[in-house]
Amino acid sequence: MARIGVVTFPGSLDDRDAARAVRLAGAEAVSLWHNDADLHHVDAVVLPGGFSYGDYLRAGAISRFAPIMDSVVDAANGGMPVLGICNGFQVLTEVHLLPGSMIKNEHLHFVCRDQTLRVENAETAWTTEYRAGEEITIPLKNQDGQYVADERTLDELEGEGRVAFRYVGWNPNGSRRDIAGVTNAAGNVVGLMPHPEHAVEPGFGPDSRDNGRRGTDGLAFFTSAIKGLLATA
Amino acid sequence: MATIVVHVMPKPEILDPQGKAVGAALPRLGFTGIDQVRQGKRFELTVAGEATVEVLAKVREAAETMLSNPVIEDVVAVEVV
Repeated sequence: MARIGVVTFPGSLDDRDAARAVRLAGAEAVSLWHNDADLHHVDAVVLPGGFSYGDYLRAGAISRFAPIMDSVVDAANGGMPVLGICNGFQVLTEVHLLPGSMIKNEHLHFVCRDQTLRVENAETAWTTEYRAGEEITIPLKNQDGQYVADERTLDELEGEGRVAFRYVGWNPNGSRRDIAGVTNAAGNVVGLMPHPEHAVEPGFGPDSRDNGRRGTDGLAFFTSAIKGLLATA
Repeated sequence: MATIVVHVMPKPEILDPQGKAVGAALPRLGFTGIDQVRQGKRFELTVAGEATVEVLAKVREAAETMLSNPVIEDVVAVEVV
């Protein structure tokens, strides 16, 4: 069985939901602690949402110096699948595994809603179980969710197909070019602001009688990673 | 003992939502004539000895690697007060 680690930082909020999503997708969830550099032989890592260190300094800025992050960076550079959700995405940009950064939402408000995204890249380690262009609806909740990068970086991301997800219908935070999530060049490191781990079980994620959604639009993040791990095992 | 002050500001090309909100609120309180507000951060670092060239170099390195994020911010000043 694939082992997927979920890191808990001081102030992580969604680590248990992420672990639950991993289990529902069919893998073993392994709790990892920020202060322990040991990855405990996991095959993939999830950096969960929350407000690690209270977002002091900048969101994710202090967590990136946690002992476990050196191990995560080494593993990611070696090809291990790493997913950063919300605060986890902010940590991945602070540690320079992903380009750009997140600043305060353009409208300055905390936003919490069911958000529709388009999967732009269905070839990353975390998206192979989606179709390119597929629209999914999962929860979004953040205050510092405005994705920014300089124009050259944005052009590069677009040109290389590294914009993994884009907001559809409404850009909830003023992110450049409606970007909701990006991937690294190798496709094993993915970060996004919305929360797939909150949409993995019928009846609990965003659903709708009109379009037949069952509230499980986020589950394929985890099944994608598991399938990829089993294929390379 | 010396105190070193580090000033960090959002890069000019980065929108500053907080500064914008402050700028919009000023006229409502009667503070007119202010065209633009940009909000940054000020850090006060106290060191045990003197603020030597080596100490300042180390502080500058800390300012550029941790106190600021070069993707969105500039270190605009490192000064001894």
